[in-house]
Amino acid sequence: MRIQLSAAKVHNDFIRKVEEMSGQDLLKCYQCGECSAGCPAAFAMDLLPNQVIRLLQLGEHEAVLQSKTIWLCAACQQCYTRCPKGVDLSRIMEVVRDLLMTERGDKIVIEKLPAETLAEFPQQAFISGFRKYTA
Amino acid sequence: MAEDKAPITRVLIIGAGIAGIQAALDIANSGYEVVLVDKEPSIGGRMLQLSETFPTLDCAQCILTPRTVEAGHHERIRLMTFSEVTAITGEIGHFTATVQRKPASVNWDVCTGCGLCQEKCPTKVASPFDRGMGKRKAIYTLSPQAVPNKPVIDRDACTWFTRGKCRLCEKVCPVHAIDYEQQATTTEVEVGAIIIATGYNLYALENLGEYGYGQIPDVVDGLAFERLLSASGPTAGKVRRPSDGKEPKQVVFIQCAGSRAPETAMPYCSKICCMYTAKHAMLYKHRVHDGTAYVFYIDVRAAGKRYEEFYHRATEEDCVLYIRGKVARVFREGDQVIVWGADTLSGASVEIAADMVVLAPAMVPHPETRRLAEMLGIPTNPYGFLLPLDDNVLPVETTRPGVFLAGAVTSPKDIPETVAQASAAAAKVLSLFAQWSGVPQAMETPVGAEAS
Amino acid sequence: MRIPYYPGCTLSTKAKGFDRAARDSMAALGIELAELKMWNCCGATFPLSRDNLLDLAGPVRNLVSAATESDKLAVACSTCFNVLKRSNLVMRNEEDKREKINFFIEAEYAGEVEVLHLLEILRDVVGWDNLSKAVKKNLSDLSVAPYYGCMFLRPPKEMGFDDHENPQILENFLRALGAQVADYPHRAECCGNYIAAFDLETTKEMSYLILASARKAGADLIVTSCPLCQFNLDRWQQDLAMKHGGFRPIPVLYDTQLLGIALGLDATAFDLDKHYVDPRPLLAAKGLI
Repeated sequence: MRIQLSAAKVHNDFIRKVEEMSGQDLLKCYQCGECSAGCPAAFAMDLLPNQVIRLLQLGEHEAVLQSKTIWLCAACQQCYTRCPKGVDLSRIMEVVRDLLMTERGDKIVIEKLPAETLAEFPQQAFISGFRKYTA
Repeated sequence: MAEDKAPITRVLIIGAGIAGIQAALDIANSGYEVVLVDKEPSIGGRMLQLSETFPTLDCAQCILTPRTVEAGHHERIRLMTFSEVTAITGEIGHFTATVQRKPASVNWDVCTGCGLCQEKCPTKVASPFDRGMGKRKAIYTLSPQAVPNKPVIDRDACTWFTRGKCRLCEKVCPVHAIDYEQQATTTEVEVGAIIIATGYNLYALENLGEYGYGQIPDVVDGLAFERLLSASGPTAGKVRRPSDGKEPKQVVFIQCAGSRAPETAMPYCSKICCMYTAKHAMLYKHRVHDGTAYVFYIDVRAAGKRYEEFYHRATEEDCVLYIRGKVARVFREGDQVIVWGADTLSGASVEIAADMVVLAPAMVPHPETRRLAEMLGIPTNPYGFLLPLDDNVLPVETTRPGVFLAGAVTSPKDIPETVAQASAAAAKVLSLFAQWSGVPQAMETPVGAEAS
Repeated sequence: MRIPYYPGCTLSTKAKGFDRAARDSMAALGIELAELKMWNCCGATFPLSRDNLLDLAGPVRNLVSAATESDKLAVACSTCFNVLKRSNLVMRNEEDKREKINFFIEAEYAGEVEVLHLLEILRDVVGWDNLSKAVKKNLSDLSVAPYYGCMFLRPPKEMGFDDHENPQILENFLRALGAQVADYPHRAECCGNYIAAFDLETTKEMSYLILASARKAGADLIVTSCPLCQFNLDRWQQDLAMKHGGFRPIPVLYDTQLLGIALGLDATAFDLDKHYVDPRPLLAAKGLI
């Protein structure tokens, strides 16, 4: 199945929102892959960070929305620090998560967290976890 | 200001690399005088450091030496090596350049180039010419084929100058050419035109902390690897890793170290690195048959004549593995160098346990070039490269009449382009000199008139 | 000397040992960490979506509170430090966000406060030499792996007070205490952070990379300055030892705990007993507690 590319598809509303809310110009990325090379969570991701940007550049945001990758970004800033074009990927990941959760609901359900987790984890894990994984 | 003296048909060429030498020979062979200045003790520039050139794999010395020898012996070329231009006044037709020669501590009028001093000198220091891959003596020539083949003393390394001990070279020199009291000398040169051909330097890779350059001994730059490959280099052409002298079996080459990175280093492409990296990988494979070479790249830029075919030779004949992805980190683990990269084409993050890593640094101008630019009032770009009048159609002229540019001083370029620009700059100078010497009479019969 | 101090919610509850060690140690060095009269949670993560001003209001309120007391604010937790410092820069440099946030929280703050990590204060106010002189215990037989994590150093344009690829502040701190520094390559790799709330297995493996590397470099223990890093590195070591045969669990201390111990302070209030990998046998064996 070929991807149908057109002007309407490539710069669609979702993509425009991502650019606006993240403040990032997706076209700056020339797919060098340094982000993916250094990402500490890349080993567990289905799409590599640079592939997420690539799919967004092509207007293929649905594939990104279905990925595990956007949930595994720890905002460690390693990618942005090294990117030769200064693309802040963690901002893009955050915006995609926010847009997805606003539409389709929270990623983690607080009520369903196991009791041991709630007892053990430090507060900041919950606060940042809720910030990142709920709308 | 109108000068009543005739304009001077002599050229000052600053920089005696392949560009300066080519221009010097073109002009001298046309019958005019050349003053050829270089800050190194001998001429030849960067090409002297090369092993082979792409895409032909010609031996660099074999191409260069005939030219350096010709320039060294030419009756109309005055070589002023170990010298720098410290001031320039005047204008086209009448420039006065002040050239300061650093003290060599050796009387070159007497020295026969026998090499005994160099052989006997007890002090060894890391050789900048070998990019730290080898050592040289405190009294040295850059190579056995140096032109002029006369040594200089590195006063920062020589124990006589630093600690008041030794003077062995003086004792062994058969013609008593050593002169520790030698002073710097200043000469004024009157010329009608100037060509600036000061070449390039390499980006300071210590700025890219993720690659470990300067921290990890087995992470070297392309020019250092070139010295290892060179038959006249510190390891006589054997590829050995700096840390333990062993032959590396897995070598990772990393392109674009400092290029194409507006946020973190230089924004421009340095043009020659794709090709010289392919060359390095191929030459490595020719020397180490059971070795594996990996090249991490973003794009392979092979735009010159027979460059594309050269690249395919690397991948197909010499089985160099090209991986499309920029390396994020290089770190040491035991005696190996771990490389974290990515293959964007198959969508994988990649780890290689390498024996040695070779970085391709961005090309940058020499820091002294800025001083020359200021001296002459020539604009530079934000990275220090000198600007010609127009990059497209006036690539060797500058805003200063009578001052021309050639080679990497304006932007990264390869040898063919450099030589072409050198001859172009020479042609511009010769055009001036021809006019000043009396242009041939206008033709009485225009060409082709008989036909009509 | 008195500096207003922001403990953060985790130091006030799950990581009390970290907090207590910070206060006691700095006091022993002549610096009173005076808890802000009014503070709230910093949010534990810097909001990355451009229109998310509400999440910035939280940390900024702390800065406003600090501004009423001084022009400096000391922070022990690296994550709080990151959030507060980055929020502070927004208030300094981004005019329209500054106006909106000030309007919302009814303040007039423009980034006047300097947010300082305790390590910065040790380096710049106390000085490494003075710190060395104050050390009472002999740590020379202890090999310590410094763990920076992410929040301390990145993004360098905003956090930048050390070389983000080759940082030295923790190394200098450890040397000032007289300890040996274990040189390992993963001291600034992410431990997993909040991914622990979503994909624990991935977090464990991210932490394992750091733990194994520290052990391989001969470290006896790891120090860190973030409670979530400490938790991620400390909590799962039993599981990891079962999964990765040959891995020897390694204690993970807070920098202030090690500081307090080195200064000869009473460590019983530092909650060393609450660590999952008990550091006490090691510390006792080295004559430190």
